[in-house]
Amino acid sequence: MKTFPVGGVHPSDNKKWSCKKSIELLELPDVVNIPLAQHIGAPATAKVAKGDKVLTGQLIAEATGFMSANIHSPISGTVTAVDMQPNAQGLRQMMITIKREGDEWMPEIDRTPEIKRACNLDSAAIIAKIKQADVVGMGGATFPTHVKLSIPDGCKAEYLIINGVECEPYLTSDHRTMLERGEELLIGVEILKKALNVEKAVVGVENNKPDAIAHLTKLAKEKKFDVVIEPLKVQYPQGGEKQLIAAITGREVPPPPALPIHVGAVVCNASTTIAVYEAVQKNKPLIERVVTITGKELKEPRNLLTRMGTPISKLVEMAGGLPEGDVKVVNGGPMMGRAMVNIDSPVTKGCSGVSVYSGKDAHRVEPSACIKCAKCVVACPMALEPYLISKLAKKQMWDRLEEEHITDCIECGCCQFTCPAGIALLDYVRLGKQTVMGIIRARAAASKK
Amino acid sequence: MTVLLSTILTLSVLGVLSAVILYFVAQKFHVEEDPRIDEVEKMLPGANCGGCGFAGCRGMADALVKQDDISALYCPVGGAEVMKGVASYLGKAAPEKEPAVATVRCGGVCSKRPRTNEYNGSKSCAVAASFYVGETACAYGCLGYGDCVEACAFDAIKVNPETGIAEVDADKCTACGACVKACPKHIIELRKKWPKNRAVYVSCVSKDKGAVTMKACKAGCIGCGKCAKVCAFGAITIENGVAYIDSQKCKLCRKCVNECPTGAIVLKGMEPLPKEPKAPAAKPAEPKKVEPKAEVANNDSVKEQK
Repeated sequence: MKTFPVGGVHPSDNKKWSCKKSIELLELPDVVNIPLAQHIGAPATAKVAKGDKVLTGQLIAEATGFMSANIHSPISGTVTAVDMQPNAQGLRQMMITIKREGDEWMPEIDRTPEIKRACNLDSAAIIAKIKQADVVGMGGATFPTHVKLSIPDGCKAEYLIINGVECEPYLTSDHRTMLERGEELLIGVEILKKALNVEKAVVGVENNKPDAIAHLTKLAKEKKFDVVIEPLKVQYPQGGEKQLIAAITGREVPPPPALPIHVGAVVCNASTTIAVYEAVQKNKPLIERVVTITGKELKEPRNLLTRMGTPISKLVEMAGGLPEGDVKVVNGGPMMGRAMVNIDSPVTKGCSGVSVYSGKDAHRVEPSACIKCAKCVVACPMALEPYLISKLAKKQMWDRLEEEHITDCIECGCCQFTCPAGIALLDYVRLGKQTVMGIIRARAAASKK
Repeated sequence: MTVLLSTILTLSVLGVLSAVILYFVAQKFHVEEDPRIDEVEKMLPGANCGGCGFAGCRGMADALVKQDDISALYCPVGGAEVMKGVASYLGKAAPEKEPAVATVRCGGVCSKRPRTNEYNGSKSCAVAASFYVGETACAYGCLGYGDCVEACAFDAIKVNPETGIAEVDADKCTACGACVKACPKHIIELRKKWPKNRAVYVSCVSKDKGAVTMKACKAGCIGCGKCAKVCAFGAITIENGVAYIDSQKCKLCRKCVNECPTGAIVLKGMEPLPKEPKAPAAKPAEPKKVEPKAEVANNDSVKEQK
């Protein structure tokens, strides 16, 4: 069975609490907050003002330039504010607040349950539809999908890889989506193949989801979809774009600024593929997504189909409320997720799950000294030296950090997970990466002038 | 015996040969260096703090000797005395600079700025600031993990464990600016140093709206502008919802201190003005004073509902 060649760790996946729970519809929130920046790139520009009436699926913010995405209203009602609101990290960012009145959809959106397979559009028309419907990568990186599908000159896509790996522990939203909406996923693959003009399409699924692999394989055979379902050996971070390409094609993506397309691969998350299907076949913008709410101590872990902008506290409520005592609520899973200080913050396009930890799990271990055992070096899937770059970042040696390729870091957290001394390596690595990226950007801007 | 002799002989010949080569090389590649650089370096304090903008005192000495106009160079540690000495030795005009002191502009002590969460990450302000808002709801205030303390070469800045805020020992501070650079929240500023460490400054840099600031911290500047109105010297400006006192224009008259409804303007080394004579003048401004109070009441009630 295939997997990626360098580094990786095996955290216990802890998916058992929610992987058997079918996707349920979360009741509509009374008020939603929609951040204008929920994708990589420039924040969208608000097209509504306080007092405006909007329908579900109506454009409320427009993409600012190419590297940006539109935003459509997830509910119908009245805009009550376009103002700075605290996000999950407690920092204020621009959000549109909408108070719900009923649930009236835009008429052009096809809400029938019927599955539409035939698609007569050409590549440019498909990409235009995806762009209009604000589809972005839903695995967490929130890279605008239309940008990914616009192949730069001189490159040719050979592989379309659908990322159904979901290697992050705890989270099960992609798993449930693949199980329950397999056919839509495979039609989405067909559409993406057409948009990219590629022959080969592979859906990569880790072997800890045998039911999803069996279901998709059966569907592909029965309904004659030209797609390979590839079971992968379980290893974190297989869901990383570069790791998945290496696992499936055996090709290594060169360091930035090279992109996956330079080795002929385009990777798209499974949920994103369904969003592509809905955008193209149903005219439905990305206004809802499946969010896993899970945790050891939660009464009722669930997979909820949630409208964007719904307060996360509502999901927690649906899961039976927070446990007593010290609690850590993390936006995402334990490896790459970020702890939240404001659980009233909204569900965004990149939010695939919320995991809750209590008691001892809510705290980090007390770190001891580094003994240079090099476990982090072995674990790093990008072949970096985490103990070294972490130390260099602490000493603010930015030039050295750039030489050590800190910008290659995918922030997967393998180094910190594997460290026997419990050192928070990623804290300083992230700081170093942010600073070095800033320096590189400033240099590029200066050289342009 | 012959082995011993031949060894000694070979080594001696090699030594002499090397000495001759080295002599000629030294002659050929001799670097002419101004002996004054060594002298000036000796005059400088030797702290190698980087406060002058150079990596160390040697770099500063080199620049002092080589540049004709040294008005832009200044050693904050040695101060005017050292600069005068250096200038008279080099026969150049001494650069003049007012003494300055690092000032931490945050008044969000624990009693005024409640903790909303517990930070579990690496104890570094830079790391915490890259993660999130901090342990309180104020995104602008002092985080208190002491990046400035680590940066200070003179033991002049400490985080007070009771208030959780960095405090400067004005007598030890040399205004080298290392803490200013180290603070990820840009709270620390070098301000004019008055005799007896007197100071008046706005101890808040929050750019949030008044109501938001109030909710996060009871000692924050809400940008009401009362201080700017009362200032006779035009030293106070309100920008982005926060007041700023220009230490060059300020005359330490202390009128603004009594006007501030939240106590964000801090007075140091002096007694405040008596409050009574101000009372009639303050009356017309009273309706405005009510506003922030009402917001506090609202916020409290919101909390109770939760």
